[in-house]
Amino acid sequence: MPNLMSGSRMLLECLMREGVECVFGYPGGVVLPLYDEMYEHPLRHVLVRHEENAAFAASGYAMATGKVGVCLATSGPGATNLVTGLVNALMDSIPIVAITGQVSTKLIGSDAFQEADTFGITRACTKHNYLVKNVADLPRIVHEAFYLASTGRRGPVLIDIPKDVLQAQAHYSPVSAIHLPGYKVYTEGHAGQIRRAAQMIWEAERPFVYAGGGIIASGAHEELRRLVELVDAPAVCTLMGLGGLPSSHPNFISMPGMHGSYAANMGMTNSDLLIALGVRFDDRVTGRLAAFAPHAKVIHVDIDPSEISKNRTADLPIVGDARRVLQRLIKALEELAPEAASRKAEARRAWWQQIRAWQAEHPLVPEISSTEIKPQHVMVEIDRLSGGEAIVCADVGQHQMWAAQFIRFNRPRLWINSGGLGAMGFGLPAAIGAQFACPDKLVFAVIGDGGFQMSIPELATIASHGLPVKIVIVNNGYLGMVRQWQQLFYNNRLCAVTMDCFPRVENLAAAYGFPGRTVDSPADLRPALEQAVSEPGPFLLDIKVSPEENVYPMVPAGGAIHEMILRPPQPVSVPK
Amino acid sequence: MLQTISLLVENKPGALMRITGVLSARGYNIDSLTVARTLDPALSRMTIVVDVDPQLRQQVIKQMNKLVNVLQAIDLTEQPAVAREMLLMRIRAPMESRTAILKEAEIFGARVVDSSVDGFALELTGDPEKLEEFIDIMRAYGDIDVTRSGMVAVSLEPRKLRLSPPVPKADPVLEDPMRKGA
Repeated sequence: MPNLMSGSRMLLECLMREGVECVFGYPGGVVLPLYDEMYEHPLRHVLVRHEENAAFAASGYAMATGKVGVCLATSGPGATNLVTGLVNALMDSIPIVAITGQVSTKLIGSDAFQEADTFGITRACTKHNYLVKNVADLPRIVHEAFYLASTGRRGPVLIDIPKDVLQAQAHYSPVSAIHLPGYKVYTEGHAGQIRRAAQMIWEAERPFVYAGGGIIASGAHEELRRLVELVDAPAVCTLMGLGGLPSSHPNFISMPGMHGSYAANMGMTNSDLLIALGVRFDDRVTGRLAAFAPHAKVIHVDIDPSEISKNRTADLPIVGDARRVLQRLIKALEELAPEAASRKAEARRAWWQQIRAWQAEHPLVPEISSTEIKPQHVMVEIDRLSGGEAIVCADVGQHQMWAAQFIRFNRPRLWINSGGLGAMGFGLPAAIGAQFACPDKLVFAVIGDGGFQMSIPELATIASHGLPVKIVIVNNGYLGMVRQWQQLFYNNRLCAVTMDCFPRVENLAAAYGFPGRTVDSPADLRPALEQAVSEPGPFLLDIKVSPEENVYPMVPAGGAIHEMILRPPQPVSVPK
Repeated sequence: MLQTISLLVENKPGALMRITGVLSARGYNIDSLTVARTLDPALSRMTIVVDVDPQLRQQVIKQMNKLVNVLQAIDLTEQPAVAREMLLMRIRAPMESRTAILKEAEIFGARVVDSSVDGFALELTGDPEKLEEFIDIMRAYGDIDVTRSGMVAVSLEPRKLRLSPPVPKADPVLEDPMRKGA
């Protein structure tokens, strides 16, 4: 006999059935029936200090685990505050489900208190969204939402639930199957295309693996390593794909693109076969498209058919899940291997020589000084403490690029950042989500002084849960990336980039009840980071880095990626 | 040049908004759009005529196919297809030109759906060029007021003939292993 229960209760039942461990939320008027039900329910609710951070924390949770992150907000302002987090999740294919309250169905459209057209507003911010008009539909919709978020190309799904639907009583019967006739996911990849890909790979003289976030999302890191070793190809991981191949792997040639390494960008440019796996040929990777990898044929594996030939025409498209496709591709490659591998051996050896020569010519070497703390130095020290095993959540800007360049990741799901949207304020709440997901792991939140000031309220969340997040503020007193562009491309006319008031972190952290420390000499850098890590709880580090350091190499926007600015055009002076 | 897109979509709230959103997000202006139920009341057939850059046409179709509510989106622009549009016209007809107007209507195959001392209401179906010509000619006879339906189109490609909508082989069950995170 099915049991009678409220919409709120039904929602919680469905969340439990989906294996949800915790939700990041913020209450408000119309979601009170849900919070009332939560009062005596085992589901863990984490109260954040701003709804945007609920979405970011859910994203951090999802990126650290691969499971669906859940965030919760009330109607109107609660829902609109989620929007940035939703777009971020859409851009970076992060599986999250957002639940918002809505005014009662009878009031919808009447400009009721805290009413906003959440369904309309979030249409373009989500993979799919729902407005629940009837409580009987709620279980089906919740399970569909989780299914959509976590399959195919992952992404955010929003469920908008009016207050009266949360209150309405109905018989609950668990949903057993999902019927989405318009939802098409192609996972396996075309067998013939995979065979042809294997042939192309063996026939190539200068193959180059270009791996992205799809490797992480599909859990294809083992397969990627096997592929790279089997064909002995050099490989880059994009900003979203770092950790897909261990940074310590000999075939790993760092990150490509606007702030990628010389060898990575030269390798792409001179390759005769790009093996593109779970990537979307983002403009920050390709630079000027017409000049991108001009000699290469492209094998493009992606789960989203609309990514194929969107920016760069694929010579051999394979629509499928990166892991499944790679498993079959490896098999196909192995079948051809004995004679095929030797045929191009000579050319492949020369290719590797060339790659190693590029690496030696302009290696990615961190700036380190004994008189001032170079931001790159901070990353080197974090890397030393991490050993490729810690979770690093970055914010957006210069520090994000230095972190990507100099911190190694030997596993997937350790590097968490906002790639596609580049949303400042992401790092700290994402670290909260990641630490909740992995309570025993060392989690660094590496943040610029600008992004930190967008997320200060979340220090309260960290303090109230005693989350042992190590917050490392890379403080140059500037919005550094904006300043870099103004210096290089706007005649050094610095406008609105000086962050000239910053709280003393000792006092700030103390106000929240945990320790903080300011570091302004290179000699103190290592001890301070070690102190932060040895501390059992949260720690706030303000590292005063040399204010005018810029990120290199750099490909100017619209430039070809092999035309990098390798070092600062001398001299760059900053007007005071 | 205009692109004609034919879509089979779930008859659900928000479906229209999602589809037009693919176009409006890229700044494209919709020339005409028609929606109506199919044989299966749970589905609608939509015909959209829109001015899209030629190199982005495929991308627009892919983006539409990606929508959860869309079962199928196809580009009919360069395919064998029949396109028709209906027009309803009111024309003020002084006594002396009534016969001539009726004669013109007959030439175009338009039907008289209402007649009064002030004039006629006419109905005409055809391809858009034919409707344009009809409007041009009728203007010469007096004041007119026109309502057009927008284009409906059907593919003539034999393999595209579907008596029933495409249905996936099996519904995924909740414990689908693909859903587990890596």
